[in-house]
Amino acid sequence: MSSRASKSALQRLVEQLKLQVGVERIKVSQAAAELQQYCMQNAWKDALLVSVPAGSNPLLESRSCALP
Amino acid sequence: MATEGLHENETLASLKSEAESLHQVAERVEALGQFVMKTRRTLKGHGNKVLCMDWCKDKRRIVSSSQDGKVIVWDSFTTNKILTASGDGTCALWDVESGQLLQSFHGHGADVLCLDLAPSETGNTFVSGGCDKKAMVWDMRSGQCVQAFETHESDINSVRYYPSGDAFASGSDDATCRLYDLRADREVAIYSKESIIFGASSVDFSLSGRLLFAGYNDYTINVWDVLKGSRVSILFGHENRVSTLRVSPDGTAFCSGSWDHTLRVWA
Repeated sequence: MSSRASKSALQRLVEQLKLQVGVERIKVSQAAAELQQYCMQNAWKDALLVSVPAGSNPLLESRSCALP
Repeated sequence: MATEGLHENETLASLKSEAESLHQVAERVEALGQFVMKTRRTLKGHGNKVLCMDWCKDKRRIVSSSQDGKVIVWDSFTTNKILTASGDGTCALWDVESGQLLQSFHGHGADVLCLDLAPSETGNTFVSGGCDKKAMVWDMRSGQCVQAFETHESDINSVRYYPSGDAFASGSDDATCRLYDLRADREVAIYSKESIIFGASSVDFSLSGRLLFAGYNDYTINVWDVLKGSRVSILFGHENRVSTLRVSPDGTAFCSGSWDHTLRVWA
């Protein structure tokens, strides 16, 4: 790679990093609290989380298995 | 054929006129009108055989993969734009009608292995993961990478947005899954165990985001408590690598696909 090409690549990288530095951030404690809140608020409709009565889930239909 | 004697109100004549097929009975049903089905959209973009596809739960987007090495997310309705991730290290946004490249996304230093579109209706961002160990979030309109995360120690095989769209999870060859919060702009959780040494190939969240399902190259599926970071379950059954995993749109089950040629639905 010619030095001109790598220079422009580095310049692009610097621009990119400057952009990323400018991103507005919130504290992890707040972000994490909001993720947790989303989980709690939606837990009731998460069928894989709560045990749904067997009748309403066709996959959980009880089948008997008789071995000879 | 069974035979039986005539019943009280039956006569030979009435039996002879008995119907013999469904169509006879349905004679009185109004015929269906002209059934017109046409190709409404042709999505061109793959360079080789299309291997598989599925509809996204938003009932609008289609994802497909091909032997050309690309994964494409298509918008089947209006704008006819499609998003691709390629082994050439870039992502690209195309106009389907004209075949024109609308936007390309440069920044990954190696093959891009996976991508996921942000869940909101007006989603203008997507996240991609690559062999350069980076997960990058892109603005589709400007083509700019708005955030980048480089904490994995190996290829990132799978990325998936958290249901609220504020975070995303990744699965990597470094045997860990990680959660990155977009507003805090950093990794906020890591899901790993010393006993897990094989790469995670595919990840997906349960409806509420509390559970993270991850398929691994050691043939197992680990179920993680997203909030606490602990593993709540390990699922056995596949006889080879788990290569793909998806929770159903209504969240009642999830399906895993494997190199053992089978798909399993779990509930």
